[in-house]
Amino acid sequence: MTTPTASRTAGGLMPAPIRAAYMTLLLFMALSGFGQMPIFKRYYIADIPGLGWLAQFYVTHFIHYAGAALLLAVAAYYLTRYLVAERTRRRLSLYGAIQGVMMATIVATGVLRVIKNYEGYYLSSGLIIFLDILHLAAVMGFLLVGAWGLASRKRWTRIR
Amino acid sequence: MSESISRRTFLKSGIVAAGTLAAGETAARAAGAPARDQHLATLIDITRCIGCGECVAACREANGHKFPNPKKPFPRMYPDRVKVSDWSDKQDVDDRLTPYNWLFIQEVTVTHGGEEFDLTIPRRCMHCTNPPCVKLCPWGASRQYQNGISRIDTDMCLGGSKCKAVCPWDIPQRQTGDGLYLDLLPSLAGNGIMNKCDRCYDRVATGGQPACIEACPEEVQTIGPRPEIVALARERAREINGYVYGEHENGGTNTLYVSPVPFETLNAAIEKGPGRPHLGPAADRMAEANNIGAALLIAPLAGAATALGRFFKAARKAGSGEHPSADT
Repeated sequence: MTTPTASRTAGGLMPAPIRAAYMTLLLFMALSGFGQMPIFKRYYIADIPGLGWLAQFYVTHFIHYAGAALLLAVAAYYLTRYLVAERTRRRLSLYGAIQGVMMATIVATGVLRVIKNYEGYYLSSGLIIFLDILHLAAVMGFLLVGAWGLASRKRWTRIR
Repeated sequence: MSESISRRTFLKSGIVAAGTLAAGETAARAAGAPARDQHLATLIDITRCIGCGECVAACREANGHKFPNPKKPFPRMYPDRVKVSDWSDKQDVDDRLTPYNWLFIQEVTVTHGGEEFDLTIPRRCMHCTNPPCVKLCPWGASRQYQNGISRIDTDMCLGGSKCKAVCPWDIPQRQTGDGLYLDLLPSLAGNGIMNKCDRCYDRVATGGQPACIEACPEEVQTIGPRPEIVALARERAREINGYVYGEHENGGTNTLYVSPVPFETLNAAIEKGPGRPHLGPAADRMAEANNIGAALLIAPLAGAATALGRFFKAARKAGSGEHPSADT
């Protein structure tokens, strides 16, 4: 028996208001994440009224952590919901599989970097750079594939 | 003097233990001892400093081979606001921190308790126990060793200068025209290499002492395992009715200054500015994010629990004959 879910979410699990909030969260994660590199001041972005915080490293650092907590909560919620309740009527789309792998990579490298930031963790330069590049590459992949998915109305799951 | 020689000998043996990879570190960590207990710290007793500058000269001599070798002309950088930082023609400047001068003497005259003090203070990187320059470098050019020493690897550094921005004392100094950025996109990204005191990590790794300590004729500095240096600093401060700086600043550093004059008084009187760090308060800004690290553990559990709760609630409703709600 089909549920109201499909029509309300145009194919995906997230209803529109939640999806809008999720996209906003991704925007702040991308901004605060890219803000870890000293680019926003150099390229005048932080001069835009209201965007000065983009050049405040400790502010973007904190926002990135807080946003990561929210993102992990959302990811865990939908992952659990999919595994426990939705698998009989939905399957992962190719788009969802790609984005899932990207997101898992982002989360794994992100968690390692959070651990590294505590006192007493001494990673070699090589490992830090590897995690940096992998995190950045996965983010770029996620955003690019996501932009295409947004434009072509893709969803992570589809009704079987 | 014999008391300080025996103290130096004792602490020197401590350097060898702490300066190389401590085999017992894992066991100590497992036993719950804080990581910083394995760090090497330095006590700088400014009552002993006469401002002779031997430490400054020794630092330059010992570390000169690590100094920048910029190639001119520098590639043009975009946009125009990106500043060139060129000290290659001013390598002799030693009254502030520069890419070629990692230690300098800060001079100050203050009055405290009716007495005038002329003090000279060797200043360099504080070697924080959880250094933001290491932890927040977006590239990974900076690293910290298990003995607490932090060092910028100038072979990897792109000169982004974030390390300087996040350092409470603005310690790292940039030299344009040298480094990896020249091989990437020199016009658009990077701006040289950052330099700062590396505690003569290479000498320490082989059981030696930092050059500034070896050169000092007045035994201003004492280096050893952090717990012992902290105890020594507190003891010395008690002896002279003095004050300690560096134990708690920025969450803790491995450079402890002892002064007969409050550091607030010194900070108000010293010449501060680019390359001339303050002696004021420094909040532990790494802790701001680190303190919500637990949220990163709890959040996914909360998310999963919410989903499970929904599922079981829906299953109970289905079991009681109601159609399960599929809304969020």
